[in-house]
Amino acid sequence: MLERTGVPTAEQIDSVFPSEDRLAKGPVAVIECYQNIPCNPCYTACKRNAIKKFEDINDLPNINHDDCNGCGLCIANCPGLAIMVVDATYSQEEVLIKIPYEFIPLPEEGQVVKGLDREGQYVCNVKVIKILDSKALDRTPIVSIAVPREYMKVVRNFGI
Amino acid sequence: MKQVEILVVGGGPAGLCAAINAAQAGAKVLVLERNEDLGGQLIKQTHMFFGSEKQHASVRGIDIASILFNKIYELGNIEIYKNATVLAIYDDGIVSAEINGRYMKIKPERIIVSTGASEKTLAFPNNDLPGIYGAGAVQTLMNVHGVKPGDNVLMVGAGNIGLIVSYQLMQAGVNVKAILDAAPEIGGYLVHASKVRRMGVPIYTGYTVKEAYGKDYLEKATIVKLNDKWEPIEGTEKDFDVDVLCISVGLSPLGELLWQAGCEMRYVGQLGGFVPVRTENLETTVEGIFVAGDVCGVEEATSAMVEGYLAGLTAADSLGYEIKDFEERKQDYLEQLQSLRSGHVGDKIRAGLDQVTIKSEAAVV
Repeated sequence: MLERTGVPTAEQIDSVFPSEDRLAKGPVAVIECYQNIPCNPCYTACKRNAIKKFEDINDLPNINHDDCNGCGLCIANCPGLAIMVVDATYSQEEVLIKIPYEFIPLPEEGQVVKGLDREGQYVCNVKVIKILDSKALDRTPIVSIAVPREYMKVVRNFGI
Repeated sequence: MKQVEILVVGGGPAGLCAAINAAQAGAKVLVLERNEDLGGQLIKQTHMFFGSEKQHASVRGIDIASILFNKIYELGNIEIYKNATVLAIYDDGIVSAEINGRYMKIKPERIIVSTGASEKTLAFPNNDLPGIYGAGAVQTLMNVHGVKPGDNVLMVGAGNIGLIVSYQLMQAGVNVKAILDAAPEIGGYLVHASKVRRMGVPIYTGYTVKEAYGKDYLEKATIVKLNDKWEPIEGTEKDFDVDVLCISVGLSPLGELLWQAGCEMRYVGQLGGFVPVRTENLETTVEGIFVAGDVCGVEEATSAMVEGYLAGLTAADSLGYEIKDFEERKQDYLEQLQSLRSGHVGDKIRAGLDQVTIKSEAAVV
């Protein structure tokens, strides 16, 4: 599926998602890297050693979600833009998803935009909560969107 | 006649890295670059590179180019001619070139050929309509000259270049209608595929272009599904109203100078075509001619840079320059290359290299 269409299966997404227990504790990185390619900047970006050292540069990232505090340093360092941070404690109804977004114009904070799934299909409206675009992010802004809880594993992008 | 110690032919990622290491070792280096800009494809790459820190992972290609330019300008002993096309390497080691319309002869002691690769094309009716470009041309228009290549694009090829250029087109506000590839699976990194996929661009694997249509320029393209014998299946056609068809179906090494110089060449499909037989030091079968980058096998720019560093080091060593920690540095480059190629995506590259790499005596022992 992923190899033919570029869209991971629900099982693949589940396999990289933190446990319910971990999600209930606050923000945490989700690394959607399913293919062994020569790449390790997520490991070098992680200051908490939550992403383990690569024995071989082609290894898949190995993250210990309990050691991750969701700081998001890895997000803009991943050349594949494959990392997001999910905060399932954001509110009763919504989770906060922080995703890399390399398009202009950037949305405004507070703006309601179209939440899209991994095929780019419209799922639901989502609200832009925060935009980070510091020099350290090196032109990969990070946009936080509030997503209805039931779409936590579905929304992965947005369109304006 | 101009005398130089090391002549580097081609100022892309491999050539620049070769020049840097050769010059650092103390050699006088001349780089001849056919284009008006140095950096090869790096200057068109707005995405972050893969690999490890040693190969500038998570730095954008265009910024890697700046890092290399700065190193070159810091080193005093690299001379650079742009708009300089090498015409021939003669039996007596004389190299001729055309530089800004002037003919010039050069006598180098060593040559590093890092000419890169050219794009392959695809045969289908009306493939010469205006609006049908190679992916390199689209990137040059868009990222070098700031010219929008069109409004609606159909991308042919789901390798890394096809996927990355699709993403760049969308960043530039161009509508990418679909990406297709004749292969049954996506050839590029799946993270790149997922990036364009979640922007809503469908990827059709197992499809090829049937025909292009248009009066004065491209107006429509039809694609068709292929069966497991790569034959078109009637009735599976899909039409796209597009004014750009971007062809990204692979690269072929630019080895003409090596042929002419008498280097032993072998056809290795996994490496993109005819490539030179070479030692671990990246020296060809003609003594004093070294190679680096896509000309000796089409790979990622990260590997091209490491090969460039290696060839620059070994070429300078062969001139007799005293290089501190030569063996350690050489081993480090060889290990970097090995690790970049060690994964599943490197299977093809490793199989290809096995056919053209002469193992050194030390390696055999």
